Amino acid sequence: MQLKEFKIKWGMVVDIDKCTGCGACMVSCQVENNIAPMTAEDPHNNLQSMTTKRDDPSNKLRTLTWLNVYELNNGEAFPNRDTAYLPRPCMQCGHPACVPVCPVVATEKNEEGGIVSQIYPRCIGCRYCMAACPYHARYFNWWDPLWPDGMDKTLSPDTSVRPRGVVEKCNFCHTRYLKAKDRAREEGIDPMELPEGYYVPACVEVCPTGAITFGDLNNPEHKVHELSKNPNSFRLLEKLGLAPQVYYMSKREWVRKQGDNHAAGDHNSAVKQASQGHE
Amino acid sequence: MDSKLFPEGTTRCSFGQYLLWLGAVGAVLLWGVYAAFLILYNGIGVTAMDNYFGFALWITFDLAVIALGAGAFFSGFLKYILKIKQLEKIINLTVIVGFICYSGAMLVLTMDIGQPGRAWFGYWHPNVHSMLTEVIFCITCYCTVLIIEFVPLILEQKQLNRNKFIHALAHNMHVHMALFAGLGTFLSTFHQGSLGGMYGVLIGRPYAYRDGFFIWPWTFFLFVLSAVASGPVFTVLVCTAMEKITGKKLVEFKVKALMGKIAGSMLCLYLFFKYLDTWAWATGVLPRMGFTFDQMFHGVIYGKWLFWSELLVCGLLPAIMLIVPAIRNRPWLLYTAAILDCTGIVINRYVFTVQTIALPVMPFDKWYTYAPNWAEIATSAMIVAYGVMVLMLSYRYLPVFPQERELNS
Ligand code: SF4
Ligand code: SF4
Repeated sequence: MQLKEFKIKWGMVVDIDKCTGCGACMVSCQVENNIAPMTAEDPHNNLQSMTTKRDDPSNKLRTLTWLNVYELNNGEAFPNRDTAYLPRPCMQCGHPACVPVCPVVATEKNEEGGIVSQIYPRCIGCRYCMAACPYHARYFNWWDPLWPDGMDKTLSPDTSVRPRGVVEKCNFCHTRYLKAKDRAREEGIDPMELPEGYYVPACVEVCPTGAITFGDLNNPEHKVHELSKNPNSFRLLEKLGLAPQVYYMSKREWVRKQGDNHAAGDHNSAVKQASQGHE
Repeated sequence: MDSKLFPEGTTRCSFGQYLLWLGAVGAVLLWGVYAAFLILYNGIGVTAMDNYFGFALWITFDLAVIALGAGAFFSGFLKYILKIKQLEKIINLTVIVGFICYSGAMLVLTMDIGQPGRAWFGYWHPNVHSMLTEVIFCITCYCTVLIIEFVPLILEQKQLNRNKFIHALAHNMHVHMALFAGLGTFLSTFHQGSLGGMYGVLIGRPYAYRDGFFIWPWTFFLFVLSAVASGPVFTVLVCTAMEKITGKKLVEFKVKALMGKIAGSMLCLYLFFKYLDTWAWATGVLPRMGFTFDQMFHGVIYGKWLFWSELLVCGLLPAIMLIVPAIRNRPWLLYTAAILDCTGIVINRYVFTVQTIALPVMPFDKWYTYAPNWAEIATSAMIVAYGVMVLMLSYRYLPVFPQERELNS
């Protein structure tokens, strides 16, 4: 199948060796994108309080976290134990598993810098895309979204709030992209050639260790262009051919190995060469 | 009390007894309706599904009933197109079972999607690349065909049929039934296939992903074949259950054995390809995706026993039982083979839905388990209760079994 390629390809390179697993990116994502927290009770729905228990915020399988930080370890015992953290946004795959399966074209890989969009008012909530995405990057709204009193003041006016029953996911803070392009037009800059740092998603901005670099993978003037070609960088599950636009970097071999999953022996280098060949 | 409505020359249990039965089934139905109401009112959070298991019991149930309901289109094809005359003794029942399975599946789907009010988007904004679009189109069209096939049977109800117009209408519909049977076969083949295709195209899911044969992953064809290999014997099982409950003979055993033979031959054909598929998957697809066969299984609930049960105990064994006449012609062995056959298909649909997404694809991810909760069970039971009710009403008032009179006289 053909890889979808556009002039601009927004991408990330996450330096796993710098990530401390602090979770600031998760929180900023939550705030930036109006992601509803899990609330145990719905004060507006009496019938629900009488009949059904909403989930506990600790239930990670029901909460919405467009960006999730995974904890990796090298499987060895102390003192050789080593840990790494891997933040996982939507990979904005070049060859997404989620797009072709959606029956109503609610999700699409489009020209907006190759970001995989999600059209909430069109999604029927069949969750086929969730079944398709191996990165678990898609989340379903199990309950009506609710913000506890006072917390609703933190809602961002830029992002729409999603109703229950639709699937949502990370879009590289697409609203920030739109704003950046507007600003560029005002300042007389070509919106198709945004300089480095003009558009960055919330998680990138907030990361205290600077572990995440963001930019146009196709633009040689952007750092990510170079970083993605670094011998220490790899993409998660490269072997499946989904061609993610998120790269990871680590000097530690066991981390690179886990990211790629070498169950089939070391065919990783072959895949890597092949995929770099057609980029 | 209602004896005037019974089919010509038949007897039925007393009205009081009938009501009692209807009440018992109705109780299950109401339990399900209550769960369905909660789900629609409060959201799908009421179920046990989560961000890992977006597809769960409902989808397994759907795939299974649609496969088992395949008796309708396949028997229709054999009777009307290939003109196998003997099948007319059981064809009415196959239509009713098909109708129940398809309409039931559609009911489940409206609950399953998060935005039921947008269900029509499937027609309005169709994505031609999505196998699910094909399923949405074909399933509704085929359900309509089944309704068209069911209507003449209702019109043949003794009292209704006295009316000249209704009589003529029913007759005319019968005359054109071959056309609908043909149309039904075409539509059904496609969506049975697309249901399989839905899984085969999951490029990120090594348990289900298969290579393509033209535009279809080959699971497309496996699903069609497995459905026709189990649908006919499922109808036989329904028929036999009805006989046991009513204490009457409804269809002669010869016809059941013929259905068994048809299913058996299809099962052999299916298994031939299924074994090839499994071999190609384990030795070709999986290593290419960087996985090993052993990684596909985990613990007891996702264990290899499911795999072997599906392929051998509920695959090869019933296939042999159904094609060897000496075994097939003994009622209890035929029924055992039929149960095994249907179980095998249900396991197949289950592993494709649940095991496929339970499997951790990212190496640092882990296996998750899923067990349906009461709300999913109640709504699935509701569909079964609805089916039983349709069968009870049809059996009592409609001339479903042309042989009933002669077999019980
Ligand atoms: S990571 Fe998942 S949701 Fe994101 S584009 Fe890839 S397949 Fe789609
Ligand atoms: S859940 Fe929504 S976005 Fe996902 S496949 Fe279904 S309709 Fe498309």
